[in-house]
Amino acid sequence: MIVIVDYDTGNTRNLKKALDYLNVPNQLSADPATILAADGIILPGVGAFQKAMLALQERQLISVLQTAAAKGQPMLGICLGMQLLFETGYEFGEAKGLGILPGEIVPLPKKKGYKVPHMGWNTNLATQSNRFGKIFDQQATYFVHSYYAQTSARNIVAQADYSVEIPSIVQQNNVIGMQFHPEKSGAIGLKGLNAFKEMALDERLSRN
Amino acid sequence: MLTKRIVPCLDVDNGRVKKGVNFVHLTDVGDPADIAAAYEKQGADELVFLDITATNEDRGAMVTTIEKVASQVFMPLTVGGGIHSVADMQALLKAGADKVSLNTAAVTNPELITAGAEKFGSQCIVVAIDVRFDEKAQRYRVYTNGGQKVTDLDAIEWAKEVVNRGAGELLVTSMDQDGTKAGYDLALYQALTKAVAVPIIASGGCGKLSDFSDLFQQTKVDAALAASVFHYGELTIPEVKQDLRQKGVNVR
Repeated sequence: MIVIVDYDTGNTRNLKKALDYLNVPNQLSADPATILAADGIILPGVGAFQKAMLALQERQLISVLQTAAAKGQPMLGICLGMQLLFETGYEFGEAKGLGILPGEIVPLPKKKGYKVPHMGWNTNLATQSNRFGKIFDQQATYFVHSYYAQTSARNIVAQADYSVEIPSIVQQNNVIGMQFHPEKSGAIGLKGLNAFKEMALDERLSRN
Repeated sequence: MLTKRIVPCLDVDNGRVKKGVNFVHLTDVGDPADIAAAYEKQGADELVFLDITATNEDRGAMVTTIEKVASQVFMPLTVGGGIHSVADMQALLKAGADKVSLNTAAVTNPELITAGAEKFGSQCIVVAIDVRFDEKAQRYRVYTNGGQKVTDLDAIEWAKEVVNRGAGELLVTSMDQDGTKAGYDLALYQALTKAVAVPIIASGGCGKLSDFSDLFQQTKVDAALAASVFHYGELTIPEVKQDLRQKGVNVR
């Protein structure tokens, strides 16, 4: 079972629709026990960093997600959900993130010819040829965001060229982040979600 | 870099696609979800659904339609037509739309733009502007009510104002060009992209391959909307994109 963390954010339902379409067993939940027992956890997110962290805090999910990541549960953060995995965010003031991945979330630079938000289809270039790097290398996916992650190169799997090199996929062991919306990126996005399902469900079964 | 977007537009009347679509051999050509799926397969970058339902009683059908489309088609969806309140926007976004497009309501109630942007973020709020060139005054004027009502608004000034109020994207239709298949109104989009910094979707006038490359090579718009050339199979999205690629325009 994949659990989509339900904390009143925007893209949750579209994510659920995509998993349903892929016949991936999934449920929306904010229940700590359910999240900690899941084969895989997806952290969605649309909106502002600080407000989202507050919403997680209100549901007492911060330590739950930190524990889940530490004990090796496959975890996928999407868009703002990816950004929350990092240590610090600077949207409407400095705020602490989940601190599961090292790095911070900073505004995209204002540069002539580069509109903010970075919105539309941009091409991913893999910097590592692991599972997700292979799927998304040279593939365009759909982005909508105004902030981006600054983290060390070894955590970056793919990046998209804009006013800066935007980390589009990050990974540290069992924890993956996608800055784009796989649930809005057509066939290639679904392939990425399916790869997470394989990592969470199929390989877990083969491990047992 | 971001790719230039090709955006088919579907007119939906009470849950059914109104104009005939015959680029694929669908048994039921009127079903929005089937048509959306076919366009996704062709490589469309985004879809615009325009609710042309005449009566208010039947408006709820659009929510059901989007709910169904979003269960089968995983790409950005924009919905316009008959949106008059934040509640209308919320219902459509909740159903699976990524953006909502305001047209007449933006003119009659400009506060709605700001209210929507504050609640859902500017990236969700598109303002659609229908314009016609006023030869006498030598300026573009804004029309509302499906192009039936002329206003005093200057299109370029109106574009600036809606962006100031929180619009994250503009969908600008040239009524002069619409239906002519004589190409997009390049002068209009040159003026608009100079005036505002948000993405602009150009609409009205495309009839042949070179209309797309002219638009993207001679203006800085982000997206081209087209309806009939795609619906009637006169052009396919793959051939439009191949032509653009050959001419050095970055497409997906």
